[in-house]
Amino acid sequence: MMRAKLAYIVGLAALAACAVMVHAGPSGGTVSGKVTYEGTPAKQKPIDMSKEPSCAKQHATPITTETVVTGPGNALDNVVVYVSAGAPDEAAPSQAAKFEQKGCQYIPHVLAFQVNQTLEIANADQTSHNIHPLPKVNREWNKSQPPGSAPIVDKYDKPEFIPVKCNIHPWMHGNFAVLKNSHYAITEGDGGFSLPNLPPGKYTITAWHESYGDQSQDVTISGGEPKSVNFVFKAKPY
Amino acid sequence: MGKFFAIILVVITLASAYPIVTHKFVQPEDISTHGHAIDEQLADTMAEGGFAFVGAQLLLAFFVWKFSSRKEGSKVTHLPGGAKLMVATAFILVGTEVLALGVLGQKAWADVYFTPPKPDALQVQAQAGQFAFYFRYPGADGKFAPIHPDKIDEGNQNYFGLDPANDVEARDDIVTAEMTIPVNREIHLLMHSKDVGHSFYVRELRIQQDFVPGLDLSLHFTATKTGKYEIVCTQLCGLGHYNMKAYLNVLPQDEFEKWLKDRAAEQ
Repeated sequence: MMRAKLAYIVGLAALAACAVMVHAGPSGGTVSGKVTYEGTPAKQKPIDMSKEPSCAKQHATPITTETVVTGPGNALDNVVVYVSAGAPDEAAPSQAAKFEQKGCQYIPHVLAFQVNQTLEIANADQTSHNIHPLPKVNREWNKSQPPGSAPIVDKYDKPEFIPVKCNIHPWMHGNFAVLKNSHYAITEGDGGFSLPNLPPGKYTITAWHESYGDQSQDVTISGGEPKSVNFVFKAKPY
Repeated sequence: MGKFFAIILVVITLASAYPIVTHKFVQPEDISTHGHAIDEQLADTMAEGGFAFVGAQLLLAFFVWKFSSRKEGSKVTHLPGGAKLMVATAFILVGTEVLALGVLGQKAWADVYFTPPKPDALQVQAQAGQFAFYFRYPGADGKFAPIHPDKIDEGNQNYFGLDPANDVEARDDIVTAEMTIPVNREIHLLMHSKDVGHSFYVRELRIQQDFVPGLDLSLHFTATKTGKYEIVCTQLCGLGHYNMKAYLNVLPQDEFEKWLKDRAAEQ
Protein backbone atom coordinates (compact mmCIF):
# COMPACT_ATOMS: atom_id res chain seq x y z
CA MET A 1 0.00 0.00 0.00
CA MET A 2 2.83 2.43 1.05
CA ARG A 3 4.93 1.43 -1.98
CA ALA A 4 2.06 2.06 -4.35
CA LYS A 5 1.42 5.47 -2.81
CA LEU A 6 5.16 6.29 -3.08
CA ALA A 7 5.22 5.21 -6.71
CA TYR A 8 2.18 7.30 -7.35
CA ILE A 9 3.78 10.38 -5.76
CA VAL A 10 7.08 9.84 -7.62
CA GLY A 11 5.17 9.39 -10.89
CA LEU A 12 3.19 12.57 -10.33
CA ALA A 13 6.36 14.48 -9.49
CA ALA A 14 8.08 13.22 -12.65
CA LEU A 15 5.08 14.25 -14.69
CA ALA A 16 5.09 17.69 -13.10
CA ALA A 17 8.83 18.02 -13.79
CA CYS A 18 8.23 17.16 -17.44
CA ALA A 19 5.48 19.76 -17.61
CA VAL A 20 7.79 22.38 -16.13
CA MET A 21 10.52 21.55 -18.66
CA VAL A 22 8.13 21.71 -21.60
CA HIS A 23 6.79 25.11 -20.57
CA ALA A 24 10.21 26.48 -19.52
CA GLY A 25 10.45 29.08 -22.26
CA PRO A 26 10.18 29.59 -26.08
CA SER A 27 11.42 26.84 -28.38
CA GLY A 28 15.15 27.32 -28.58
CA GLY A 29 17.32 29.99 -27.06
CA THR A 30 17.39 33.75 -27.46
CA VAL A 31 20.35 35.95 -28.14
CA SER A 32 19.74 39.51 -27.03
CA GLY A 33 21.80 42.52 -26.22
CA LYS A 34 22.49 46.15 -26.96
CA VAL A 35 24.42 48.01 -29.63
CA THR A 36 26.17 51.18 -28.47
CA TYR A 37 28.89 53.50 -29.70
CA GLU A 38 31.85 55.19 -28.12
CA GLY A 39 33.36 58.47 -29.19
CA THR A 40 31.66 61.37 -30.94
CA PRO A 41 29.52 60.58 -33.96
CA ALA A 42 29.33 62.98 -36.90
CA LYS A 43 26.63 65.62 -36.68
CA GLN A 44 23.48 64.77 -38.58
CA LYS A 45 22.72 67.66 -40.91
CA PRO A 46 19.31 69.14 -41.73
CA ILE A 47 18.06 68.46 -45.24
CA ASP A 48 16.95 71.38 -47.40
CA MET A 49 14.16 70.15 -49.70
CA SER A 50 13.41 73.55 -51.24
CA LYS A 51 13.74 72.19 -54.78
CA GLU A 52 10.72 69.97 -54.07
CA PRO A 53 8.11 72.20 -52.40
CA SER A 54 5.49 69.41 -52.12
CA CYS A 55 7.88 67.49 -49.88
CA ALA A 56 9.41 70.48 -48.09
CA LYS A 57 6.03 71.53 -46.73
CA GLN A 58 5.44 68.12 -45.13
CA HIS A 59 8.23 68.79 -42.64
CA ALA A 60 7.58 71.69 -40.27
CA THR A 61 11.17 71.29 -39.08
CA PRO A 62 13.50 69.93 -41.73
CA ILE A 63 14.42 66.27 -41.25
CA THR A 64 18.09 65.40 -40.82
CA THR A 65 20.33 62.83 -42.44
CA GLU A 66 20.04 59.37 -40.92
CA THR A 67 23.49 57.91 -41.47
CA VAL A 68 24.11 57.79 -37.72
CA VAL A 69 20.98 57.61 -35.57
CA THR A 70 21.54 57.44 -31.84
CA GLY A 71 19.40 56.84 -28.79
CA PRO A 72 19.65 57.30 -25.03
CA GLY A 73 22.67 55.83 -23.28
CA ASN A 74 24.91 55.99 -26.38
CA ALA A 75 22.59 53.59 -28.19
CA LEU A 76 23.27 53.06 -31.88
CA ASP A 77 20.10 52.65 -33.92
CA ASN A 78 19.48 51.24 -37.40
CA VAL A 79 22.00 48.46 -36.79
CA VAL A 80 21.07 45.18 -38.46
CA VAL A 81 21.89 42.32 -36.07
CA TYR A 82 21.61 38.92 -37.69
CA VAL A 83 22.83 35.33 -37.65
CA SER A 84 25.53 35.18 -40.31
CA ALA A 85 26.63 31.57 -39.69
CA GLY A 86 25.29 28.49 -37.93
CA ALA A 87 21.68 28.73 -39.08
CA PRO A 88 20.40 27.06 -42.26
CA ASP A 89 19.25 29.22 -45.18
CA GLU A 90 15.49 29.68 -45.13
CA ALA A 91 12.85 30.03 -47.81
CA ALA A 92 11.42 33.52 -48.04
CA PRO A 93 8.22 34.29 -46.14
CA SER A 94 5.15 35.02 -48.22
CA GLN A 95 4.49 38.54 -46.98
CA ALA A 96 6.19 41.40 -48.75
CA ALA A 97 8.79 43.70 -47.27
CA LYS A 98 7.50 47.25 -47.65
CA PHE A 99 9.56 50.33 -48.47
CA GLU A 100 7.88 53.69 -48.74
CA GLN A 101 8.79 57.04 -50.27
CA LYS A 102 7.01 59.65 -48.19
CA GLY A 103 7.90 63.32 -47.73
CA CYS A 104 10.90 62.62 -49.99
CA GLN A 105 12.27 60.27 -47.36
CA TYR A 106 12.72 56.49 -47.38
CA ILE A 107 10.71 54.79 -44.65
CA PRO A 108 12.18 52.81 -42.99
CA HIS A 109 15.75 54.04 -43.43
CA VAL A 110 17.03 50.44 -43.21
CA LEU A 111 14.80 47.62 -44.44
CA ALA A 112 15.79 44.03 -43.71
CA PHE A 113 14.25 41.15 -45.60
CA GLN A 114 15.20 37.72 -46.93
CA VAL A 115 16.66 36.43 -50.19
CA ASN A 116 13.81 35.99 -52.71
CA GLN A 117 11.32 37.74 -50.45
CA THR A 118 8.97 40.08 -52.32
CA LEU A 119 9.96 43.73 -51.98
CA GLU A 120 7.21 46.32 -52.48
CA ILE A 121 8.19 49.94 -53.02
CA ALA A 122 5.42 52.54 -52.80
CA ASN A 123 5.39 56.22 -53.70
CA ALA A 124 3.18 58.21 -51.34
CA ASP A 125 4.38 61.59 -52.58
CA GLN A 126 2.95 64.05 -55.09
CA THR A 127 6.18 63.99 -57.07
CA SER A 128 7.89 61.34 -59.17
CA HIS A 129 10.74 59.40 -57.67
CA ASN A 130 13.33 57.25 -59.41
CA ILE A 131 14.51 54.66 -56.94
CA HIS A 132 18.00 53.32 -57.61
CA PRO A 133 19.33 50.56 -55.36
CA LEU A 134 23.10 50.16 -55.77
CA PRO A 135 23.99 46.48 -55.35
CA LYS A 136 27.40 45.02 -56.18
CA VAL A 137 26.36 41.37 -56.34
CA ASN A 138 22.69 41.48 -57.26
CA ARG A 139 21.26 42.95 -60.46
CA GLU A 140 21.28 46.74 -60.54
CA TRP A 141 18.22 48.61 -61.78
CA ASN A 142 16.47 51.95 -61.34
CA LYS A 143 12.79 52.63 -61.91
CA SER A 144 10.73 55.77 -62.29
CA GLN A 145 7.56 55.95 -60.20
CA PRO A 146 5.11 58.77 -60.92
CA PRO A 147 2.76 59.83 -58.12
CA GLY A 148 -0.23 57.52 -57.75
CA SER A 149 1.39 54.63 -59.62
CA ALA A 150 1.32 51.03 -58.41
CA PRO A 151 4.10 49.84 -56.08
CA ILE A 152 7.26 48.50 -57.67
CA VAL A 153 7.55 44.78 -56.95
CA ASP A 154 10.91 43.02 -57.16
CA LYS A 155 13.23 40.72 -55.22
CA TYR A 156 16.89 39.96 -54.72
CA ASP A 157 18.30 36.46 -55.07
CA LYS A 158 21.62 36.95 -53.26
CA PRO A 159 22.32 38.17 -49.72
CA GLU A 160 23.81 41.67 -49.72
CA PHE A 161 23.71 45.05 -48.03
CA ILE A 162 22.48 47.46 -50.68
CA PRO A 163 22.55 51.27 -50.44
CA VAL A 164 19.50 52.90 -52.02
CA LYS A 165 19.29 56.35 -53.57
CA CYS A 166 16.80 58.40 -55.57
CA ASN A 167 18.05 59.66 -58.92
CA ILE A 168 15.81 62.72 -58.77
CA HIS A 169 16.22 63.76 -55.12
CA PRO A 170 19.91 63.55 -54.18
CA TRP A 171 19.32 63.73 -50.40
CA MET A 172 17.22 60.54 -50.28
CA HIS A 173 19.18 57.60 -48.93
CA GLY A 174 18.29 54.23 -47.48
CA ASN A 175 19.55 50.68 -47.20
CA PHE A 176 18.31 47.18 -47.99
CA ALA A 177 19.66 44.28 -45.91
CA VAL A 178 19.02 41.09 -47.89
CA LEU A 179 19.56 38.19 -45.49
CA LYS A 180 19.68 34.41 -45.76
CA ASN A 181 17.45 33.51 -42.80
CA SER A 182 14.76 34.92 -40.57
CA HIS A 183 17.00 35.56 -37.53
CA TYR A 184 17.50 39.30 -37.72
CA ALA A 185 16.55 42.47 -35.89
CA ILE A 186 17.14 46.18 -36.39
CA THR A 187 18.02 48.23 -33.32
CA GLU A 188 16.00 51.28 -32.44
CA GLY A 189 15.48 53.51 -29.41
CA ASP A 190 17.70 52.10 -26.66
CA GLY A 191 19.77 50.05 -29.13
CA GLY A 192 18.40 46.73 -27.90
CA PHE A 193 17.81 43.68 -30.08
CA SER A 194 16.48 40.16 -29.56
CA LEU A 195 16.97 37.06 -31.75
CA PRO A 196 14.64 34.36 -30.41
CA ASN A 197 13.92 30.78 -31.50
CA LEU A 198 17.50 29.65 -32.01
CA PRO A 199 17.91 25.85 -31.74
CA PRO A 200 20.98 24.62 -29.83
CA GLY A 201 24.18 25.14 -31.81
CA LYS A 202 27.09 27.46 -32.49
CA TYR A 203 26.20 30.76 -34.15
CA THR A 204 27.97 33.83 -35.47
CA ILE A 205 26.02 36.98 -34.69
CA THR A 206 26.92 39.95 -36.90
CA ALA A 207 26.00 43.59 -36.34
CA TRP A 208 26.10 45.84 -39.42
CA HIS A 209 25.92 49.65 -39.45
CA GLU A 210 25.91 51.69 -42.67
CA SER A 211 28.61 54.10 -41.52
CA TYR A 212 30.64 52.01 -39.05
CA GLY A 213 30.88 48.66 -40.82
CA ASP A 214 30.24 45.31 -39.21
CA GLN A 215 31.34 43.26 -36.22
CA SER A 216 30.80 39.61 -35.39
CA GLN A 217 30.73 37.52 -32.24
CA ASP A 218 30.29 33.79 -31.75
CA VAL A 219 27.76 32.42 -29.32
CA THR A 220 26.72 28.90 -28.41
CA ILE A 221 23.16 28.01 -27.54
CA SER A 222 22.86 24.83 -25.52
CA GLY A 223 19.37 24.89 -24.12
CA GLY A 224 16.58 27.36 -23.60
CA GLU A 225 18.63 29.84 -21.62
CA PRO A 226 19.04 33.37 -23.01
CA LYS A 227 22.46 34.54 -24.14
CA SER A 228 23.64 38.14 -24.07
CA VAL A 229 25.80 39.64 -26.80
CA ASN A 230 26.67 43.33 -26.96
CA PHE A 231 28.34 45.33 -29.70
CA VAL A 232 30.25 48.58 -29.37
CA PHE A 233 31.07 50.61 -32.47
CA LYS A 234 33.68 53.34 -32.70
CA ALA A 235 32.08 56.58 -33.79
CA LYS A 236 33.93 58.99 -36.10
CA PRO A 237 33.49 62.79 -35.94
CA TYR A 238 33.58 63.18 -39.77
CA MET B 1 -8.01 83.92 -105.54
CA GLY B 2 -4.71 85.73 -105.65
CA LYS B 3 -6.18 88.92 -104.24
CA PHE B 4 -7.76 86.95 -101.43
CA PHE B 5 -4.35 85.49 -100.61
CA ALA B 6 -2.85 88.99 -100.59
CA ILE B 7 -5.45 90.14 -98.07
CA ILE B 8 -4.84 87.13 -95.82
CA LEU B 9 -1.12 87.86 -95.95
CA VAL B 10 -1.66 91.43 -94.78
CA VAL B 11 -4.02 90.34 -92.02
CA ILE B 12 -1.60 87.72 -90.70
CA THR B 13 1.32 90.12 -90.84
CA LEU B 14 -0.45 92.87 -88.93
CA ALA B 15 -2.02 90.45 -86.45
CA SER B 16 1.36 88.96 -85.56
CA ALA B 17 2.99 92.36 -85.25
CA TYR B 18 0.24 93.74 -83.03
CA PRO B 19 1.07 91.93 -79.74
CA ILE B 20 4.76 92.78 -80.13
CA VAL B 21 4.16 96.45 -80.87
CA THR B 22 1.64 96.84 -78.03
CA HIS B 23 3.96 95.04 -75.56
CA LYS B 24 1.38 92.39 -74.76
CA PHE B 25 4.16 90.04 -73.57
CA VAL B 26 5.58 91.57 -70.43
CA GLN B 27 9.19 90.81 -69.68
CA PRO B 28 10.13 89.50 -66.25
CA GLU B 29 11.43 92.30 -64.05
CA ASP B 30 15.08 93.14 -64.45
CA ILE B 31 16.99 92.96 -61.18
CA SER B 32 20.55 93.14 -62.43
CA THR B 33 22.95 95.92 -63.29
CA HIS B 34 23.61 94.62 -66.81
CA GLY B 35 20.04 93.61 -67.51
CA HIS B 36 18.98 96.79 -69.27
CA ALA B 37 21.73 96.33 -71.87
CA ILE B 38 20.50 92.81 -72.63
CA ASP B 39 16.89 94.00 -72.78
CA GLU B 40 17.87 96.80 -75.17
CA GLN B 41 19.63 94.32 -77.40
CA LEU B 42 16.53 92.13 -77.46
CA ALA B 43 14.36 95.14 -78.26
CA ASP B 44 16.73 96.26 -81.06
CA THR B 45 16.69 92.77 -82.54
CA MET B 46 12.92 92.64 -82.40
CA ALA B 47 12.60 96.09 -83.97
CA GLU B 48 15.05 95.45 -86.81
CA GLY B 49 13.63 92.00 -87.48
CA GLY B 50 10.11 93.29 -87.11
CA PHE B 51 10.49 96.12 -89.63
CA ALA B 52 12.13 93.79 -92.11
CA PHE B 53 9.37 91.20 -91.59
CA VAL B 54 6.47 93.64 -91.97
CA GLY B 55 8.09 95.37 -94.93
CA ALA B 56 8.82 92.14 -96.76
CA GLN B 57 5.37 90.67 -96.19
CA LEU B 58 3.54 93.85 -97.23
CA LEU B 59 5.70 94.08 -100.34
CA LEU B 60 4.89 90.45 -101.13
CA ALA B 61 1.18 91.11 -100.63
CA PHE B 62 1.42 94.10 -102.97
CA PHE B 63 3.04 92.08 -105.74
CA VAL B 64 0.53 89.23 -105.28
CA TRP B 65 -2.38 91.69 -105.47
CA LYS B 66 -0.98 93.55 -108.49
CA PHE B 67 -0.08 90.55 -110.64
CA SER B 68 -2.69 87.99 -109.51
CA SER B 69 -5.01 88.55 -112.48
CA ARG B 70 -2.38 88.83 -115.17
CA LYS B 71 -3.72 87.72 -118.53
CA GLU B 72 -2.21 84.88 -120.59
CA GLY B 73 0.52 86.11 -122.88
CA SER B 74 0.88 89.57 -121.31
CA LYS B 75 4.37 91.04 -121.13
CA VAL B 76 6.39 90.34 -118.00
CA THR B 77 8.32 93.28 -116.58
CA HIS B 78 11.64 92.51 -114.90
CA LEU B 79 13.28 94.65 -112.29
CA PRO B 80 16.56 96.13 -113.60
CA GLY B 81 19.69 94.17 -112.75
CA GLY B 82 17.86 90.80 -112.67
CA ALA B 83 18.62 88.08 -110.19
CA LYS B 84 22.19 89.23 -109.53
CA LEU B 85 21.08 92.61 -108.19
CA MET B 86 18.37 91.01 -106.05
CA VAL B 87 20.85 88.68 -104.43
CA ALA B 88 23.32 91.51 -103.87
CA THR B 89 20.59 93.68 -102.35
CA ALA B 90 19.55 90.87 -100.06
CA PHE B 91 23.13 90.37 -98.90
CA ILE B 92 23.62 94.06 -98.24
CA LEU B 93 20.31 94.56 -96.44
CA VAL B 94 20.49 91.47 -94.27
CA GLY B 95 24.23 91.81 -93.77
CA THR B 96 23.90 95.38 -92.56
CA GLU B 97 21.12 94.41 -90.20
CA VAL B 98 23.10 91.55 -88.65
CA LEU B 99 26.26 93.65 -88.41
CA ALA B 100 24.35 96.46 -86.76
CA LEU B 101 22.95 94.10 -84.16
CA GLY B 102 26.42 92.73 -83.52
CA VAL B 103 28.03 96.15 -83.18
CA LEU B 104 25.24 97.53 -80.99
CA GLY B 105 25.11 94.41 -78.85
CA GLN B 106 28.80 93.71 -78.34
CA LYS B 107 28.95 95.95 -75.29
CA ALA B 108 26.22 93.99 -73.53
CA TRP B 109 28.16 90.78 -74.16
CA ALA B 110 31.50 92.30 -73.18
CA ASP B 111 30.12 93.69 -69.94
CA VAL B 112 29.12 90.21 -68.85
CA TYR B 113 31.92 88.09 -70.31
CA PHE B 114 34.99 90.21 -71.01
CA THR B 115 35.27 92.17 -67.80
CA PRO B 116 36.82 90.54 -64.74
CA PRO B 117 34.91 90.54 -61.45
CA LYS B 118 35.77 93.20 -58.89
CA PRO B 119 38.42 92.02 -56.39
CA ASP B 120 35.97 92.34 -53.49
CA ALA B 121 33.16 90.43 -55.19
CA LEU B 122 31.52 87.79 -53.00
CA GLN B 123 32.59 84.35 -54.22
CA VAL B 124 29.93 81.66 -54.35
CA GLN B 125 30.48 78.26 -55.89
CA ALA B 126 27.67 76.48 -57.72
CA GLN B 127 27.76 72.79 -58.54
CA ALA B 128 25.23 71.36 -60.95
CA GLY B 129 24.60 67.63 -60.75
CA GLN B 130 21.76 65.35 -61.68
CA PHE B 131 19.27 66.72 -60.54
CA ALA B 132 19.92 69.53 -58.11
CA PHE B 133 22.08 72.61 -57.65
CA TYR B 134 24.21 72.92 -54.54
CA PHE B 135 26.13 75.98 -53.45
CA ARG B 136 29.22 76.55 -51.35
CA TYR B 137 30.45 79.59 -49.46
CA PRO B 138 34.10 79.77 -48.34
CA GLY B 139 33.41 80.37 -44.64
CA ALA B 140 35.44 82.40 -42.16
CA ASP B 141 38.83 81.53 -43.69
CA GLY B 142 37.74 82.91 -47.07
CA LYS B 143 39.08 79.82 -48.84
CA PHE B 144 37.34 77.08 -50.74
CA ALA B 145 38.69 73.70 -49.69
CA PRO B 146 39.74 71.24 -52.41
CA ILE B 147 37.10 68.97 -53.89
CA HIS B 148 37.57 65.19 -53.88
CA PRO B 149 34.98 63.57 -56.18
CA ASP B 150 35.68 60.15 -54.61
CA LYS B 151 34.51 61.51 -51.26
CA ILE B 152 31.10 62.62 -52.50
CA ASP B 153 28.55 61.11 -50.09
CA GLU B 154 25.07 62.44 -50.69
CA GLY B 155 23.53 60.44 -47.84
CA ASN B 156 25.68 62.55 -45.52
CA GLN B 157 25.00 65.80 -47.41
CA ASN B 158 28.59 65.87 -48.68
CA TYR B 159 27.67 66.93 -52.20
CA PHE B 160 30.97 68.54 -53.09
CA GLY B 161 33.27 65.77 -51.84
CA LEU B 162 34.86 67.75 -49.03
CA ASP B 163 37.28 66.07 -46.65
CA PRO B 164 37.08 67.92 -43.33
CA ALA B 165 38.94 65.12 -41.59
CA ASN B 166 42.10 65.93 -43.56
CA ASP B 167 41.54 69.38 -45.13
CA VAL B 168 41.39 72.07 -42.46
CA GLU B 169 39.92 74.64 -44.90
CA ALA B 170 36.96 72.30 -45.44
CA ARG B 171 35.81 72.57 -41.84
CA ASP B 172 34.29 76.03 -42.23
CA ASP B 173 32.94 75.69 -45.78
CA ILE B 174 29.20 76.22 -45.92
CA VAL B 175 27.19 74.04 -48.32
CA THR B 176 23.58 74.96 -49.03
CA ALA B 177 20.74 73.99 -51.33
CA GLU B 178 19.55 77.57 -51.76
CA MET B 179 21.64 80.38 -53.19
CA THR B 180 21.38 83.45 -50.99
CA ILE B 181 23.23 86.64 -51.87
CA PRO B 182 23.34 90.19 -50.55
CA VAL B 183 21.68 92.87 -52.67
CA ASN B 184 23.82 95.44 -54.49
CA ARG B 185 27.01 93.46 -54.03
CA GLU B 186 28.90 91.97 -56.93
CA ILE B 187 28.78 88.18 -56.91
CA HIS B 188 31.50 86.06 -58.50
CA LEU B 189 29.83 82.76 -59.32
CA LEU B 190 32.21 79.84 -59.78
CA MET B 191 30.56 77.04 -61.70
CA HIS B 192 31.32 73.40 -62.38
CA SER B 193 29.37 70.31 -63.23
CA LYS B 194 29.43 67.13 -61.16
CA ASP B 195 28.45 64.99 -64.11
CA VAL B 196 26.82 66.06 -67.41
CA GLY B 197 25.88 69.33 -69.08
CA HIS B 198 23.50 71.62 -67.18
CA SER B 199 22.73 75.31 -67.34
CA PHE B 200 22.24 78.06 -64.80
CA TYR B 201 19.39 80.40 -65.67
CA VAL B 202 17.85 83.17 -63.61
CA ARG B 203 15.61 85.15 -65.94
CA GLU B 204 15.33 88.19 -63.69
CA LEU B 205 19.13 88.40 -63.57
CA ARG B 206 19.38 88.09 -67.34
CA ILE B 207 21.99 85.40 -66.74
CA GLN B 208 22.17 82.09 -68.55
CA GLN B 209 25.31 80.00 -68.63
CA ASP B 210 25.89 76.34 -69.46
CA PHE B 211 27.84 74.10 -67.15
CA VAL B 212 30.25 72.19 -69.37
CA PRO B 213 31.59 68.98 -67.79
CA GLY B 214 35.30 69.34 -67.17
CA LEU B 215 35.34 73.13 -67.28
CA ASP B 216 35.50 75.56 -64.38
CA LEU B 217 33.45 78.54 -65.53
CA SER B 218 32.67 81.79 -63.86
CA LEU B 219 30.20 84.63 -64.11
CA HIS B 220 29.83 87.87 -62.26
CA PHE B 221 26.72 89.95 -61.70
CA THR B 222 25.09 92.27 -59.20
CA ALA B 223 21.49 91.90 -58.07
CA THR B 224 19.70 95.16 -57.43
CA LYS B 225 16.42 94.05 -55.88
CA THR B 226 15.64 91.78 -52.92
CA GLY B 227 13.31 88.87 -53.40
CA LYS B 228 13.07 85.17 -54.16
CA TYR B 229 13.82 84.05 -57.72
CA GLU B 230 14.01 80.72 -59.46
CA ILE B 231 17.20 79.17 -60.78
CA VAL B 232 16.25 76.61 -63.40
CA CYS B 233 18.35 74.16 -65.34
CA THR B 234 18.00 74.98 -69.02
CA GLN B 235 20.13 72.24 -70.55
CA LEU B 236 18.55 68.81 -70.91
CA CYS B 237 20.48 66.67 -68.47
CA GLY B 238 18.47 63.48 -68.00
CA LEU B 239 15.22 62.14 -66.65
CA GLY B 240 15.06 64.60 -63.77
CA HIS B 241 15.84 67.74 -65.77
CA TYR B 242 12.22 68.90 -65.46
CA ASN B 243 12.60 68.84 -61.69
CA MET B 244 16.01 70.51 -61.48
CA LYS B 245 15.82 73.89 -59.88
CA ALA B 246 16.93 75.91 -56.88
CA TYR B 247 15.94 79.24 -55.38
CA LEU B 248 17.91 82.45 -55.38
CA ASN B 249 17.26 84.67 -52.36
CA VAL B 250 18.46 88.24 -52.57
CA LEU B 251 18.59 89.72 -49.08
CA PRO B 252 19.76 92.95 -47.47
CA GLN B 253 23.38 92.66 -46.29
CA ASP B 254 22.60 92.19 -42.59
CA GLU B 255 19.97 89.52 -43.25
CA PHE B 256 22.38 87.75 -45.58
CA GLU B 257 25.04 87.66 -42.87
CA LYS B 258 22.57 86.21 -40.40
CA TRP B 259 21.49 83.58 -42.93
CA LEU B 260 25.12 82.62 -43.54
CA LYS B 261 25.76 82.31 -39.80
CA ASP B 262 22.71 80.08 -39.37
CA ARG B 263 23.85 77.82 -42.20
CA ALA B 264 27.38 77.66 -40.81
CA ALA B 265 25.95 76.37 -37.52
CA GLU B 266 24.22 73.54 -39.35
CA GLN B 267 27.34 72.23 -41.12
